[in-house]
Amino acid sequence: MAATTRTVTDLSSTTKDGVGSSPRRPDGTLKVTGEFAYSSDMWMEDMLWGATLRSPHPHARIHGIDITAALKVPGVQAVLTHEDVPGAKRYGLEHQDQPVLAFDKVRYKGEAVAIVAADHPETARRAMERIKVDYEVLEPISDSRRAALDPDCPLVHDKGELPEHPELNQSGNRLRYQPIRTGAFVDVATSKEGQEQALERLRAEADAVVTTEYEVGMQDQAFLGPESGMAIPAEDGGVDLYVATQWLHVDQRQIAPALGLPQEKVRLTLAGVGGAFGAREDLSMQIHACMLALHTGKPVKFVYNREESFYGHVHRHPAKMRYEHGAKADGTLLYATAEIIVDGGAYASATPAVVGVASSLGIGPYEVPNVLVDAYGVYTTNPPCGAMRGFGAVQACFGYESQMDKLAQKLGMHPVDLRIKNAMAQGSRIITGQEIDMPLPMAEMLERCRDLPMPVERAELEDPSDQRTLPGGVAGTTRGEGVVRGVGYGVGLKNLCFSEGFDDYSTARVRLEIVAGEPVVLVHTAAAEVGQGLVTVKGQIARTELGVEKVVIAPSDTQVGSAGSSSASRQSYMTGGAVRTACASVRAEVFESARAKGLVPAGIEDTELTLEGGKVVSATAGVLVSLADLLGESAEGGTVVEHTREYHHRPTEMIDPELGQGASHTQFGMCVHRAVVDVDVELGLVKVVALDAVQDVGKVLHPQQLAGQIQGGSAQGLGLALMEEIQVKDGQIRNPSFTDYLIPTILDTPPMRIDVLERPDPHSPYGLRGAGEPPTLSSTPAIVAAVRDATKRPLTHAPVRPEDIVGIDL
Amino acid sequence: MEFLRPSTLVEALEARSAHPDGVPIMGGTDVMVELNFDKRRPSALIDLTRVPELTEWGGEGDHIRLGAGVPYTKIIENLSANAPALAKASRTVASPQIRNRGTVGGNLGGASPAGEAHPPLLATDAEIELASVRGRRRVRARDFYLSLRTTALREDELITAILLPRPTGPQQFAKIGTRNAMVIAVTSFSLALDTENRKVGTGVGSAGPTPLRAEAAEEFLEAEFDWENGRPLQETVVRRFGELVAAAARPIDDQRGSSEYRKHALSVMARRALSWSVTDYRKGSTRCA
Repeated sequence: MAATTRTVTDLSSTTKDGVGSSPRRPDGTLKVTGEFAYSSDMWMEDMLWGATLRSPHPHARIHGIDITAALKVPGVQAVLTHEDVPGAKRYGLEHQDQPVLAFDKVRYKGEAVAIVAADHPETARRAMERIKVDYEVLEPISDSRRAALDPDCPLVHDKGELPEHPELNQSGNRLRYQPIRTGAFVDVATSKEGQEQALERLRAEADAVVTTEYEVGMQDQAFLGPESGMAIPAEDGGVDLYVATQWLHVDQRQIAPALGLPQEKVRLTLAGVGGAFGAREDLSMQIHACMLALHTGKPVKFVYNREESFYGHVHRHPAKMRYEHGAKADGTLLYATAEIIVDGGAYASATPAVVGVASSLGIGPYEVPNVLVDAYGVYTTNPPCGAMRGFGAVQACFGYESQMDKLAQKLGMHPVDLRIKNAMAQGSRIITGQEIDMPLPMAEMLERCRDLPMPVERAELEDPSDQRTLPGGVAGTTRGEGVVRGVGYGVGLKNLCFSEGFDDYSTARVRLEIVAGEPVVLVHTAAAEVGQGLVTVKGQIARTELGVEKVVIAPSDTQVGSAGSSSASRQSYMTGGAVRTACASVRAEVFESARAKGLVPAGIEDTELTLEGGKVVSATAGVLVSLADLLGESAEGGTVVEHTREYHHRPTEMIDPELGQGASHTQFGMCVHRAVVDVDVELGLVKVVALDAVQDVGKVLHPQQLAGQIQGGSAQGLGLALMEEIQVKDGQIRNPSFTDYLIPTILDTPPMRIDVLERPDPHSPYGLRGAGEPPTLSSTPAIVAAVRDATKRPLTHAPVRPEDIVGIDL
Repeated sequence: MEFLRPSTLVEALEARSAHPDGVPIMGGTDVMVELNFDKRRPSALIDLTRVPELTEWGGEGDHIRLGAGVPYTKIIENLSANAPALAKASRTVASPQIRNRGTVGGNLGGASPAGEAHPPLLATDAEIELASVRGRRRVRARDFYLSLRTTALREDELITAILLPRPTGPQQFAKIGTRNAMVIAVTSFSLALDTENRKVGTGVGSAGPTPLRAEAAEEFLEAEFDWENGRPLQETVVRRFGELVAAAARPIDDQRGSSEYRKHALSVMARRALSWSVTDYRKGSTRCA
C-alpha cells in the first residue's frame, strides 16, 4: 500500500462528498420514487416462471416422486427433481449438507422437493398440485435441548451422511459443541464432577449468586424484497444469473458444482436487493433457476411470495440458555457459567460459526476470572437457522445482560454501576484469552448513556391522552390506567468481520481516466449493496483518496474478484479497505507518471503529494499539474490508470475445541442502550418511549447512513424484545405472514438520541469500526430490562409476550 | 374467472343472482388476499365499486344509513359523532391505505371473528340491509353471525347498507394488538349505553367462532347502572361486569394469543370501557343540565 500523509483522524480534503460527509445515495432518488428495479421487477419477453414444490412435513421419508401428471399441464416446460441435478446434489455455506432438491428424506417443512418452469406462475402452481410425492411421515425432532444432550435422540442426518469436522466436536445431532474454560475451570475442563466441585467452591466465596434460564425466540430478518432472480442460459453452455444476494462469489462457488459447470461459466450480477440482514447469505432459488434455464433454454424467473419466503430462507437461531453469575458484595464478578443451545434446524448453514460467536462472546464485555461456557449448535427438523444481524451474539447478550440486571438488583446496585465495576477496556482479554487491542471505552459509554437527557414524564406531555403516546396505541385500550414507566440498560460486544481463521478478503478495481476533459473514477467491486449504503461509501472513499468529484460505481458482478459477504458489519472495513488500497495504487502511478514527466520538483517525496480538485498538489510547491493535462483524454489515447487490489484484515485463528482459547476475532464493536418504556401492566402492552444509544464507531464515514444503521439496528432489536418471533410447533411455522409475524411500525419506534464516539482502531482503514450489528445486540436487553423495571416480573423470554407481563403461563 | 362491473344496484343484484358462487368485491382488502393465497377460486368477481348507492351515507329517521361500501376513512371523518363506536373501531383498522379501501360491507361479507366492525354493530344493535332481485330485508347484527364465517346472508344477496341507531349515550371500542398500530385484533370489545331505552349493548371480537355479545353482562349492568345520574359504580360492580364479559368469550389458543389472556384482556377492557362510559355519561348530563 502506497504511503499517504493522511492520518486516520485527519481527513480534511477539498473534494466535495468525500469521507465524513453525507452525500446522497446514488440509488436514493430511484428508491424513494419507486422507480428502482428490485430483483422481483426483472422481466424478459420469452421468460418462464419458476415455482418450487415444498415438503408439507417437517420430517418424512420420500418413497417416490411422480411428475407425469404435472408435465401434462399445458404451458409447463419442465418439472425437475433431485434426479435432474446435473452435478453435486448437496450444497451449503460451510458444510455441503443441504440437498439441491430433496432425496430420500425431507428434514423441515418447506424443504424444496421439485421445481417447475411454466409460461405463467398460475400454470406452474397448477402443475405443482399434480406432482405426487409418496411420503412416509416420521416423528419430528423438535427439541433442541434433547438434540444437544440426549444421546438417544433420533438423528436428523444418518451417521456417515455428514462431512466430518473433528475440530467442532461433532457427535449425534451436535453440529458444533464449543466449551470455554478459564480460571478454576481449566483444570477440570472435561470433568463434570470436577466442575461441580469448582463451582461449589466459587459459590461459597460469592456474596450473591443468580441463576436463570432464558429463551430467545426465532427471529426473522423480515426483509421486504422476497427471494427472487432470473437465470438466462448463455450460448457457451453457461448461465447468467441476476439475483438479490449478499455475496455473489459464495453463491457462484455453490451453484457451479451443482450444475456441473466450471465457475467461470456461472456468471452472477447483483440485482436490486430489498434488504438482507443475513437471510440472503444462503442460497434460495439460485440453483433451481439455473437448472430450469439450462434445461429449457429460456430465461427463468423466480419470485417467492411472503409465505414462501418464511420457508425460503434461514432465520435467527432460537436459543435456550442457562446462566449463573456469582459476585462479591461490591459487585466484583467472581465467576460465570453459561449453557447455550442454539437450534440450527435441518441444515448447517452458518450454525458452526454462530456457535463460535455465541461461545466466545457468551459472557459479554465483563472481566470475569472464572468462566465455564458450553455452547451447542444442533440439528433438528425445525426450519434451518443461519445468519442474522448479530449472529449468535444477540442471543448471548440477552442472557448475560439479563443476568447483570438481576445481579445488580440482588446487590442493591444501580445496573450501570455494576456494569462499570466489571467493564472491559482496551487491553482486557475476553474469555478466549484474546486481547482487545483497540479502544473500548465501555465505562465512559455507560456513563454517557446514563447521563443522556430523559424523555419527559407522561404528565408533562402536551396531550397525555393522545392515544399514540400510550401503550396499545390507536387501538384505545387505555387512557392512562395501568400504565407504569420503566428504564433499562443494555450493552453488547460484537465481533466485526469474519472470525476463526476465515480470510474474508475483498477486491476492488479502480480506474482513473479523463472523459470530456474531466477526471472520472470508476469503482468496480462484487460487493452486495443490500440497502446499507456501501455504494455511497465506495464513492466517498474514491473522492477522498483521488481528489476527484466524479465517481461512477459499476454494477456488482463476478467479473471482478470476491468482495466477501455483506454481513458481519464488514463491508466498510473490507471493501472500503479494498477501494482505498486500489485508490492508493492508482494515486502512486499518477505520482510516478508526473515524476517521469519531470513535473515534480526534486526533493519532494510522494508523501508530500496529494490529489485534490483533479490536480496533483504539493504541500510546498502548490499545484504541479492537472490530471486532465497529465493523463490526456481517454478516448484520444490518453492514459487510463487502473488497479485491482485485494484487502485482507489481519489473520485470526480457530478457538481450540477443549478450552476455547485463541485470537478468533478481527475487531470488536460496542453499543450501549438506554430504553424508557411505558407498560400497561394490566394488559401487557408496551410503548417504548425512548431508545437512546451510545456507540463507538472508530470513524464516521457517512453521518446520515450511520444514524440509519444505529436506528435500524435498534429497531430490529426492539422487534426481538417485544414482538418478533417465528412460532414453531412440532416443526410447523404457525405465523408465516406479516399479518402474524409482527415487525415494529413507526408508531412502535420511539425517537432515538444517538451519541457517537470516534476512537480509531489502529488496525482498520480510517480507524473505522463496523457499525451495523452492535445496536441490534444491546437494544433488546435494554428494552426487556425496562419492562422488568415497570412490571417487576422476571421476563426470561425474548420477545416478551403480553401473557408474560400479566403473568399467564404459556 | 369472470370480472363483472355492474354500475347500478339493479345490475349488481342481477349479476349476484346469475352467479351464486361469484364473490362480490369492494375494497378488495380481504378478497384479494384470499385469491392471492389461492384459498378460493370463484367463477366470477362482482366489482361493486361503481354502484353509487353503496358508497353513500346519511340520516334516515332515527337511524344513520351507512352504505356497505363506504371506506373506513370516510367513517372516521364523517361519523365520529353519529356512530362513535364504529368510528373508533374504524380508526384501529390496519393502515391508512387499507382504511382508504376497506369497508364495513367487506367485514360483514368475510365475517372473520376478528373484523373490527362487528363488536360496535353488536353493541349498538345495528341492522344490516340485505338485497336481492327478490327484494330487500333487514337483519339485526345480533342475528347475523351464525357460525364460523357463516352469516344470515343468502347466496343471491348483497349487503347494501348498515342502519345504525342514533347514539343516545356513551359508546366505546378498544382492541388488543401486540403492536401499537396495523395489527389484527387479539381480542376486542365494544360497549354502548342506550340511555333512552336504558339498555346496555356489548360486542366481543376475536374471542369465539363468531363475534359475540355478553348478554349476562348487559343485563347485569342494565340493573346496576344509575340511569338517572350516572353515579360512579362500586368497584365490585365494575369488576363483576368485567368477569361477565370474559365469561361470555369462547376464545382459543392460537398464534395471536392464548385463550386465558384473551379472557383476561376482555375483563380489563370491559372494566375500563365501563368507567370511561360513566365519565362520559356524567359529562354528557352535566352539559345537558
